[in-house]
Amino acid sequence: MQLQTRPKKPPIIVRPNSFLAWIGRAFLILLALVVTYILAQNLIQKPLYFVTNVINGLQLGFVYALIALGYTMVYGIVKLINFAHGDVFMVGAFVSFFAIERFQLHQWPLKVFPSMNPFVAVAIGTITTILLSMVVCVLLAITIERVAYKPLRDAPRIAALITAIGVSFFLEYFGLLEFVFSARFIPYQRPFEVVTWYISDGIHRLENGQTPPDNSIVISNILLIIILCTLAVLVFLQFLVHKTKIGIAMRATSFDKPTARLMGIQVDQVISFTFAIGAAFAGLGGVLYAIAYPSIKTLMGVYPGLKAFVAAVLGGIGSIPGAFVGALIMGQAESMTASYISTPMRDAIAFTILILVLLVRPTGIFGEPEKEKA
Amino acid sequence: MKSFKILSMLVAVVMLLAACGGGGATKGELKVAILAPLSGPVPTFGEMTRDGALLAIEEWNAKGGVLGMTIVPIVEDSQCTPDPAVNAANKVINQDGVHYIIGEVCSKASIPVSEIANAAKVLQISPTSTNPSVTVDQNGVTKQYIYRACFIDPFQGKVGAKFAYENLGARKAFVMVDQANDYVKGLAENFKASFIELGGEIVGEASYTANDTDFSAILAQIDEADPDIVYLPDYYNIVNLVTAQAKDKGITVPFMGGDGWDSADLDLKSADGGYFTNHYSPDSQAPLAVSFRAAFEKKYGKTPDALAALAYDATNLLLTAIQQAGVDDPTKVAETLNGITFEAVSGTISFDEQHNPIKSATILKVTAEGVKFETVVNP
Repeated sequence: MQLQTRPKKPPIIVRPNSFLAWIGRAFLILLALVVTYILAQNLIQKPLYFVTNVINGLQLGFVYALIALGYTMVYGIVKLINFAHGDVFMVGAFVSFFAIERFQLHQWPLKVFPSMNPFVAVAIGTITTILLSMVVCVLLAITIERVAYKPLRDAPRIAALITAIGVSFFLEYFGLLEFVFSARFIPYQRPFEVVTWYISDGIHRLENGQTPPDNSIVISNILLIIILCTLAVLVFLQFLVHKTKIGIAMRATSFDKPTARLMGIQVDQVISFTFAIGAAFAGLGGVLYAIAYPSIKTLMGVYPGLKAFVAAVLGGIGSIPGAFVGALIMGQAESMTASYISTPMRDAIAFTILILVLLVRPTGIFGEPEKEKA
Repeated sequence: MKSFKILSMLVAVVMLLAACGGGGATKGELKVAILAPLSGPVPTFGEMTRDGALLAIEEWNAKGGVLGMTIVPIVEDSQCTPDPAVNAANKVINQDGVHYIIGEVCSKASIPVSEIANAAKVLQISPTSTNPSVTVDQNGVTKQYIYRACFIDPFQGKVGAKFAYENLGARKAFVMVDQANDYVKGLAENFKASFIELGGEIVGEASYTANDTDFSAILAQIDEADPDIVYLPDYYNIVNLVTAQAKDKGITVPFMGGDGWDSADLDLKSADGGYFTNHYSPDSQAPLAVSFRAAFEKKYGKTPDALAALAYDATNLLLTAIQQAGVDDPTKVAETLNGITFEAVSGTISFDEQHNPIKSATILKVTAEGVKFETVVNP
């Protein structure tokens, strides 16, 4: 009686030079200690400045999380790194821009019901704008999936990956055309006013043109909205993946496509659905990013997309909690680098993290070692 | 306008006949070439430049011309591109026999034109090309016959520092620099040097890259450093991002920059309270600027911009120098230009040894309603 279904394979990675590996690990531990020491020192010296930087990092991290979720879900199900994801994010921002600038979509409740409570009206208008962006992104992602990825499903994975890069470039440089989005930087009109509070013995609202007192921490409604949206998305995803039928189908498809198909799961629809969900979150992320950093351009998706990809790898690509945790770490890493080293260094640090993760723990924080399939 | 066109065509025909008869320029007429990009990427720049220059020539002719000669403009479309500009320059020098060129607008077209003009001993004044290589060759030698009417970019840093220190009373400045952008770096370095020289202190400096959208870390540093002014000499896109995030964080210290801010896409609501240096403002209250604007609006029915004003200044500068030199000889006129002090619409102009004007700059203030003229600062 044999318990194991597969014969044991000899380990692929052989490390004859354990001394070098030991040095590498020691170096990493040393690096981690130095970083911790520097951060701790700064925390003690200027605690408020440190907290401000943590908050700035949170805002970035939560936006990255929205994008990273799409990367990680698509990778989890079709083992494809969808490089066009960052550009879907950009399209989300532009759709909301046109909706607000051309059609004043964010003001529709007040136009239809003039007596409506202004706060509720703004909230509904903003949500409508975001929903529109999400829908357009979903349609775009499904089209991309059907046109560019589905025909390559049985081709080698590298073919689909290269196609993804091609789609990404297509969206970027098609968008750069003058009659599409143009190459200009476009000021983005926010659908709602920014409200800022400062915390110093109690929470006070910051009036327009007022300077917050020294030793206070400033928080804006944008940060709160981003955090709330991302947390809601996470809870929704956990529910979707673990408690619903489509979630079970997604997990089954991710685990073993041919068997899932044999069990009556419509694999193609499940894959399209996954792309759609990821794109919806990218669209949401695009709108929130444009609201937080109100200047948009066609290439705005490139860097956030790459950073979110690093976050997904760091957390363990394919893992939903991993993408979230990875994104938060990336946000903090960037914010801390920008504050305590220099702003131009932060991209370098972000991609150094990618290299280190791939070298030391390619499966990421939450990832499991990939099982060899027969 | 139409009658003027016919007039100039008539003059051109007469010129042609005269040229056939005698060969070369006849006494009683002074030809001035205007090289402007009337087609190509920036046709509006070219139209404004042409209109400004023609207005100046018309005014001189109405007063009886220069040295008793009627001034004949020869307008050529140089397209803001090296090749057409070179063709236009060769045409006006070799066929029309001009001794004086006003133009080009774009540095990349002005530089090849300046090579030809300098070799042919033709005096060229570019109204708006800011690249240092327009007036200086690659060995660092000043081109004898080439001048410009605008200040070069880094100069704005100097004027900006003076305005911040003297007019705004700022003593502590924070400087933001994109290390990969020469324009930004030039302005920032000049600002720092001048601000320190005046007695101010640079309390912080932060660099960023053109791809950045999140400036919260730099803004946190600004909040810590507590400066009186933040110098951000970048283009409007970065300015929009930085000032919007500063407003969100309750940072009310004024921002200041250079002519990169001058754009219809500048986010007025965010940049509200900021200042920037520029060549000219139509709202300038200086007497010359007021009369120029009135004359320009009367003739063309539109408000002049910096290009029109600088072309007007360049032409007036040239004709004044010819008048003072007393002779139609580019070498003598160039000598006169070296020592000239000229009251222009865009400020008093005199030249340094590299033929770059030392002149006053206009300071503009950004408000939520629009960009307003603030003051003129002399170097």
